Amino acid sequence: MNRYPLWKNLLILAVVLVGLLFALPNLFPQDPSIQVTGTRDNPVTDAAAAEIAAAMENAGVPVKEIESLEGDKLLVRFTTPSEQLRGREVMEQTLADRYNSALTTSPDLPGWLGALGAQPMFLGLDLRGGIHVLIDVDMEAAVDQALERYTGDIRTELRKQKVRYLTITRDAGRIAVRFNDEAARDEAQTIIRKEFRDLTVDSGKDGGNYFVYASLPPQIQEEVKDFALEQNITTLRNRVNALGVAEPIIARQGERRIVVQLPGASDPARLKELLGATATLEYRLVDTENDVRDALDGRVPVGSALYRERNGQPILLNRRVIVTGDQITDASAGFDQQSGSPAVFVNLDGQGARRMRNVTTENVGKPMAVVFIESRTVTRMVDGEPVKERERTEEVISVANILEPFGRRFQTTGLDSSEEAHNLALLLRAGALAAPIEIVEERTIGPSLGQDNIDQGFRSVMIGLALVVVFMALYYRVFGLVADLVLVMNLVLIVAVLSALQATLTMPGIAGIVLTVGMAVDANVLIFERIREEIRNGSSPQASIHAGYDKALSTIVDANITTLIAAIVLFSFGTGPIKGFAVTLFIGILTSMFTAILGSRAVINLIYGGRRVPKLAI
Amino acid sequence: MAHAQILKELNIDFMGKRYIAAVVSGIVLVICLGSMLLRGFEFGLDFTGGTVIELGYEQPVEIADVTGALTENGFPDAIVQYFGSRTDILIRLPPVEEGEEASAQRSDQVVRVLGDAAPGEVDLRRVEFVGPQVGEQLREQGGLAVLFALIGILIYVAFRFEWRFALGAVAALVHDVIFTVGVFSIFLIEFDLTVLAAVLAVIGYSLNDTIVIFDRIRENFRKMRKGSVIEICNRSINQTLSRTIITSGTTLLVLLALYFLGGAAIEGFSLALIIGVLVGTYSTIYIATAMAVWLGISKADLLPAPVVKEGEVIDDRP
Repeated sequence: MNRYPLWKNLLILAVVLVGLLFALPNLFPQDPSIQVTGTRDNPVTDAAAAEIAAAMENAGVPVKEIESLEGDKLLVRFTTPSEQLRGREVMEQTLADRYNSALTTSPDLPGWLGALGAQPMFLGLDLRGGIHVLIDVDMEAAVDQALERYTGDIRTELRKQKVRYLTITRDAGRIAVRFNDEAARDEAQTIIRKEFRDLTVDSGKDGGNYFVYASLPPQIQEEVKDFALEQNITTLRNRVNALGVAEPIIARQGERRIVVQLPGASDPARLKELLGATATLEYRLVDTENDVRDALDGRVPVGSALYRERNGQPILLNRRVIVTGDQITDASAGFDQQSGSPAVFVNLDGQGARRMRNVTTENVGKPMAVVFIESRTVTRMVDGEPVKERERTEEVISVANILEPFGRRFQTTGLDSSEEAHNLALLLRAGALAAPIEIVEERTIGPSLGQDNIDQGFRSVMIGLALVVVFMALYYRVFGLVADLVLVMNLVLIVAVLSALQATLTMPGIAGIVLTVGMAVDANVLIFERIREEIRNGSSPQASIHAGYDKALSTIVDANITTLIAAIVLFSFGTGPIKGFAVTLFIGILTSMFTAILGSRAVINLIYGGRRVPKLAI
Repeated sequence: MAHAQILKELNIDFMGKRYIAAVVSGIVLVICLGSMLLRGFEFGLDFTGGTVIELGYEQPVEIADVTGALTENGFPDAIVQYFGSRTDILIRLPPVEEGEEASAQRSDQVVRVLGDAAPGEVDLRRVEFVGPQVGEQLREQGGLAVLFALIGILIYVAFRFEWRFALGAVAALVHDVIFTVGVFSIFLIEFDLTVLAAVLAVIGYSLNDTIVIFDRIRENFRKMRKGSVIEICNRSINQTLSRTIITSGTTLLVLLALYFLGGAAIEGFSLALIIGVLVGTYSTIYIATAMAVWLGISKADLLPAPVVKEGEVIDDRP
């Protein structure tokens, strides 16, 4: 009696061994490392490794190992964090123009473990330190902008087709075109219907005027929003990559939000500045025919607009833009060779270059202005409700005479500092945001606090575990020791599953593990109390073991399933920290059922099964 | 048998005191609800929105100096306090008020101001900013999570046992939630996301306890041909009592370890669970079981159906 068939014992043993294997990587130390990626013109090749090794040797920084990773990356391992920081300095001083480097840590696994795909647990930002930012994309603005584009296109199309209209306005989510007579209205309606199939077109009459109304149908609005979100994710990814952080996470969350997580990053101010920035450039001709003073008195000439320079000086510019930031394909920061002031070198796409060449050829000797545009969305409390507002600043940063025609590549000066030049170049390179964004949540954990959290979490798990282990051994003796054994096994399995799934372990996640340790013994307590009861009722030791496990089973399953329900609800409703707790609770319940029911029975069977036992040590 | 045992054959008349318990529970719940309504909660950053910054200084720092530096630079309403030691400070910027701008950038200004004002290095340990929109959503989601957990459990217990048991179990859970949350309201302990997670874990734990006793009651209903409902319930509670005490005990052991060693970030979490485990054990007996008795559970409800029609599932659990 009380013997498991061989296959069952082997199965349990196999699970335990696989669990140990996957939990193993967590025991290896983490090497401070630098992850090296190539820039566009300089992919990482085999030669790069030799080059980096030589540079490090020159500077006297000892390198532990250089290995190549998937996706054209190199990993340079160091022995101590200070060597890692010195290594990074070397990279920045000698190789920064060709390779990007990011600080990271990497477990020093033996080759065979790495080949199995076993990895240590993926630590959340609260444990390893880093920045978490939740970004809200202003979808209403995205739809507005789309409507604005259509307004411009309709205006152009009607002019091209020589249809006479009075005004085109955009209000309350639709475009209204006003006409004098019905014939023109009907003609325009046919044209708009034909040329702009995406729009819902309607007509009407109000007083003596005839109208065509065009609006975006809901389905197109959804497409516009979706596109804006995806475009923003791409842009943000480009910007974040420029920061040099290993393993950044940029992901969509729900309908209108984007999560950005930068493990190991510690400068939230710089990150937020870059993420939220919308700086872009526009090139316009200066209006030299009209007087600025008239414009200041409120008589702004048609076709011109009033701007201000950085020093507050007013200036009149042509309404028509020569080139916008969208047409800039590449930008880099540097210094003007003559004056030595900070400059941005700009490359235009084909269309932009053509236009720039045409305009500059026609206007040699005339002044051209560079407008620096920045817009941001802020939330203010109005009547107790958060309300979004958009602010836009436009400044003329430089005015210079066109000395000779130019096209694809040129430079822009007038920036305050080389840092501003650097940021602007980065933003122009990364592309513009398709819709304004706003940071609605930030959680930054410094590296020192992360380490403190790991230490505290580890200590509370260990002490909690020790207390339970001692109590169980004293109270249930041999059976208690078995419960202790499977409890430790349970902990190993939780770590193994977390490592294998690469689920994120957070501080609340550790709390979940601690709680599981406390509750995991419950199944064994239920079983052991049953066994004691059976013994008191006069059953033989073997029969008592059998009946104890048998009768406790349905209770254990019922009790655990209800906790599982709670864990699932937590997971589906929770955000960040709560999810971490739910994941470990969920995994812990499943593994504890396995270890407490099957695992402990297997061990008990090995100890007592199949022989005459006069008395149980329980 | 000479084994260590806290309780031998016990026969405490738990059910006999169920009316006293009901009155006590009633009074306590009224106090809790009253406090929740009148006093409200000390909601944490997660729910109110706002900014919290934790900074580590090289040398001990005076609160007055920090407050002074902040007031001079446009943060007169910042709340500054020590966090664990005199080199570690916590700065709270209140949630935005009417007309003010809610911005993630304010924390950067604070860090810059204090970095300039301090003699040595200032280590940025933590920044948390929650915008007003997010806070509101988290509050809604939190309430919904509790509600859905309760509904899910109600359905499961009704399916596995019987509707009277399900109502009793859920009544006990509601009792536990109100009590735990009520303590946070009465003593104005900060209520944040981790506390909410703990409340949901309490639901799971308390139910665990309830299920164990219900299971025993069902078993005894089928096994003991004699005895009233009250007697059977008493018997079941007594039989499972040592298990109840040991499991609560081991869980409390680890929770105490977590409370004292886990750090300030999960103090509220551990506290909520400690309260929950204690009250959950009580409510299993005096809310869940008493309610099921009051609703009129009887042997007939739980006995296997005498005639099983073809195609019906046979309930052959013990």
